[in-house]
Amino acid sequence: MTAQPMVKAEGVHKSFGPAHILKGIDLEVAEGEVFCLIGPSGSGKSTFLRCINHLEQINAGRLYVDGELVGYRQKGDKLYELKDSEVALKRRDIGMVFQRFNLFPHMTAVENVMEAPVQVKRESKAVARERALKLLDRVGLADKAGNYPSQLSGGQQQRVAIARALAMDPKLMLFDEPTSALDPELVGDVLDVMRGLAEDGMTMIVVTHEMGFAREVGDSLVFMDDGVVVEAGHPRDVLTNPQHDRTKSFLSKVL
Amino acid sequence: MTDKLDKTPGPADAAPEQVPPDIIRAIPVRHYGRWVSAVVVVAVLGALVYAFAQGNVRWATVTDKLFDGSILTGLWHTILISVVSMAVGLILGVLFAVMRLSKNPVTSSVAWLYIWFFRGTPVYVQLLIWFNLALIFPILNLGFYKDYMTAVMTPFLAALLGLGLNEGAYMAEIVRAGIQSVDEGQTEASHALGMTQMQTMRRVVLPQSMRVIIPPTGNEFINMLKTSSLVVAVQYQDLLRSAQDVAATSFAVMEMLFVASIWYLALTSVFSVGQYYLERRFARGSLRSLPPTPLQRIKSNLLSLSHWRR
Repeated sequence: MTAQPMVKAEGVHKSFGPAHILKGIDLEVAEGEVFCLIGPSGSGKSTFLRCINHLEQINAGRLYVDGELVGYRQKGDKLYELKDSEVALKRRDIGMVFQRFNLFPHMTAVENVMEAPVQVKRESKAVARERALKLLDRVGLADKAGNYPSQLSGGQQQRVAIARALAMDPKLMLFDEPTSALDPELVGDVLDVMRGLAEDGMTMIVVTHEMGFAREVGDSLVFMDDGVVVEAGHPRDVLTNPQHDRTKSFLSKVL
Repeated sequence: MTDKLDKTPGPADAAPEQVPPDIIRAIPVRHYGRWVSAVVVVAVLGALVYAFAQGNVRWATVTDKLFDGSILTGLWHTILISVVSMAVGLILGVLFAVMRLSKNPVTSSVAWLYIWFFRGTPVYVQLLIWFNLALIFPILNLGFYKDYMTAVMTPFLAALLGLGLNEGAYMAEIVRAGIQSVDEGQTEASHALGMTQMQTMRRVVLPQSMRVIIPPTGNEFINMLKTSSLVVAVQYQDLLRSAQDVAATSFAVMEMLFVASIWYLALTSVFSVGQYYLERRFARGSLRSLPPTPLQRIKSNLLSLSHWRR
């Protein structure tokens, strides 16, 4: 099992009209790994993350999650686009946490967490609610279950969003700058939850500007710039001893 | 935990002798303009009331006929045709809004065509077209069902098709605006959880778009209550037509128009209150705390009044 990477990208390209965002990304994320993506804004980190669960469709290359092609089915040397329902089926196993939380504002915290298990997995409401309350407890928000998102702070909303993603029992979690929209004093709570997840062996891909988190929790780190991977390695090595000039100049600005 | 703050000062932090602040007692600005405009407005209003009181109106007939049997039947028919047409309009509105936003160019063009036609022609003309359909299709043949068009196209059906299809075109645009007002991040989050397009629309997008959809829909319904008076054109026995029938036999033309107006006002007032509560229901989650209902407000006002008396 361990031989097969959780995510494998081979020469992934992505353009939005004339804008060439990803220019050939090759990387592998092993199971149980915390994989950090850093880089200046516009470097394509978030776009790459969104390609992994097919929120964006790649233009060239191959992208595999758990050994299966993302968004396509291969028969011989021909690729067939997957139907919406098939894409939805694959997304069940991939949790995603957004920069802007994107909680459902018309549902309470616990209803947000229950929604996908009830609608997608057809769990009974009672079972889903019980599990949702456990997950909220895990992210330290057991007492906020009945609150609407507008009644929660940014950090609390993001932790509910993490619980919501975990409710589907994903084998991979994607974090798209989870702390960038938070007040500085709220960042710690969210990072603590993510640290706990990492300790439990969750495979995580984290787009972040939190270099401390990357150094401490990350197993590997990739520095992206202008749609390519500039430098990859263990976070400690890349952050303390960068080899490329672009990495050096980026780190000198953020550290 | 600020709510656990101890309000009674302990001995340790007893406040030093409090000096009462010197409260300002200034002479308020006099708004003479407001007095003048108030007097003018009241005078005009008074003249209007006086004119109607002096006019040749048999007010006794108005109160007499207000609860007349045929008027009440007409009132019921007005409510019925308005509610059913609005329901048809809502269903068509959601359907055509989704079609209009669909990626399929055929369905979106058909939706565009529907909206273009039914919004672009007067509802009065549409009513007459449905009513006179028998002139071009004397026999309705659906394959499994066959009958004379005049037998099928009753005044009620003509009114329903005319009002409902027209309303559907307006509702489609309102629903489309509502759907488009929901942040794209909501759809993405829903998709990322593995929810299908249909589930996302039904569980995430539509409930949130309701907040944008309901206020104009309330307007549409109040409009519908009044526009339904046009169904006189297709021989449907609504409130206005009942009032006119009574007027024709009793020669109380204006009086019966007043009766109709009173009922229309009553209907629109009642539905405005309903709209308020509906909006409040769908504001859940978007406001931190819901505004009190008028009833709750009256209660709290009375409570504070009794406090103040003590």
